[in-house]
Amino acid sequence: MSEENKFEFLQLLENDARLTADQLAVMLDKEVGDIKRQMKLYEQNGVILGYKTLIDWDKTDREYVTALIELKVAPQRDRGFDRVAEKIFNYPEVKSLYLMSGSFDLAVFIEGRTMKEVAYFVAQKLATIDSIVSTATHFVLRKYKDKGVVYGPAETDERGQL
Amino acid sequence: MDYSKVLSSTVKSIKPSGIRKFFDLLGDRKDVISLTVGEPDFQTPYHIREVGIESLERGRTYYTSNDGILELRQEICNYRNRRFGLTYNPKKEVIITVGGSEAIDLGVRALVEPGDEVIIPIPAFVCYGPIVELAHGVPVYIETKPEDEFKLTPEALKAAITPKTKLLILPFPNNPTGAVLTRDELKAIADVLRGTDIMVLADEIYGELTYGFKNTPFAAIDGMWERTITVSGFSKSYAMTGWRLGYLCAPQELVSQMHKIHQYAIMCAPTTSQLAAIEAVRNGDADIAMMRDEYDRRRKYILDGLRRIGIDCFEARGAFYVFPHIGGFGLTSEEFCQRLLDEKGVAIVPGTAFGDCGEGYARISYAYSVDHITEALEKMGEFVEELKK
Repeated sequence: MSEENKFEFLQLLENDARLTADQLAVMLDKEVGDIKRQMKLYEQNGVILGYKTLIDWDKTDREYVTALIELKVAPQRDRGFDRVAEKIFNYPEVKSLYLMSGSFDLAVFIEGRTMKEVAYFVAQKLATIDSIVSTATHFVLRKYKDKGVVYGPAETDERGQL
Repeated sequence: MDYSKVLSSTVKSIKPSGIRKFFDLLGDRKDVISLTVGEPDFQTPYHIREVGIESLERGRTYYTSNDGILELRQEICNYRNRRFGLTYNPKKEVIITVGGSEAIDLGVRALVEPGDEVIIPIPAFVCYGPIVELAHGVPVYIETKPEDEFKLTPEALKAAITPKTKLLILPFPNNPTGAVLTRDELKAIADVLRGTDIMVLADEIYGELTYGFKNTPFAAIDGMWERTITVSGFSKSYAMTGWRLGYLCAPQELVSQMHKIHQYAIMCAPTTSQLAAIEAVRNGDADIAMMRDEYDRRRKYILDGLRRIGIDCFEARGAFYVFPHIGGFGLTSEEFCQRLLDEKGVAIVPGTAFGDCGEGYARISYAYSVDHITEALEKMGEFVEELKK
């Protein structure tokens, strides 16, 4: 597969993980076997890490809150931020973790059932980590767009019959 | 009041659109999986919409000059030059129109005199014949053939030409068949026309939507610029159908006459749309490429899917339609489409909506998501299996 094809292949899957190897093969003018091999290879070397579904939980009865927590961290000798990052990302409550430039160091996205639960997690689990200097918790009030997808009413086909 | 006495006999004699008839059958049914729509499923790219919105916020709600904002005409000339090497004078050789449809009307009305013959290859979009009839011209239809992949051949063109032939409509890339004409095929058409006074109206509204090759405008063929009115627009390539914006490019002697019809009948195209279109044509090349790539993948997918369920289809390489052969099941196109709708809830347009020679075929649009196409193909597969029993 050419580099350009590989890029297109990954972009297609990133946009729609449900595309089957058969469908991808037709669309990319490749053999199904080639597609399957390439997919396996990407899974093995960690280019493809998973296939997930985008769910707008606000449209369900599930109770949950999401928070962005800004952490200022004192980097550790030799290991920088990696050690503390590892400690944080191992908590299942942590949905995303980024090392940032700017006025704070780590951006942590946490999901919990209630605000209290999140606040408790920050106070008990995060703030107590040695190298964490300060925390600032921001609760998400509404998700407008995630992973390139707008969270709103389902789209209807309004096109005219002409 | 007896309206039949007051209405124009020409207008009364025009048949209503065949495609309309089928859409009326669909009615308000919500449960239908439709593959009928003739417009992109993409929204207009946001940077283009934003310019339109901003223009309204700033109160730019006035008429423009008749031929359209000069900056837009200039950008269109720049685009046609950088894409195809064609040169037009933005001040004298471009009119911004209300969709490509108005441009077709202007071209026909400026050229056709009562009794003039206008050659129209069919199957084709439904407007050409009626517009010619309204101008008291005589449509002369050439039925393109499945074995030629619905291309207009020079032989068929030559056979249709008479001393009364005024104009050839060249609707490629084609709606409904998806047929295209390559540069060499256009050259062969040009060879037939060279030395005659036959004019050409090249409807290249789908000109940016060709797959595996770059479309050549007819005006780019040697010696054809001077006899060609090129019709194009923003609807298909930039997903701007609802903005109603098209344009034509032609030699100034023609434009100055079409200008008068446009001036009296339309005045000017919508200002908001024109301002947004400046952004589209200036910064929209990447959007076109993105949408074209996506259509191409769906095109391959639907062609493969149709063949898998036993429906034969030539490889359409333009627009966003395929035109499969559905005539092998003992049903007329209309019966096939009607039963597919009734029994499986899938809507496709019978080929006969685009001329009688569409019998045995259907237009399927792939301006739909892959999921949607997959679902429709599954149902069509079931339908075909049941027909075979």
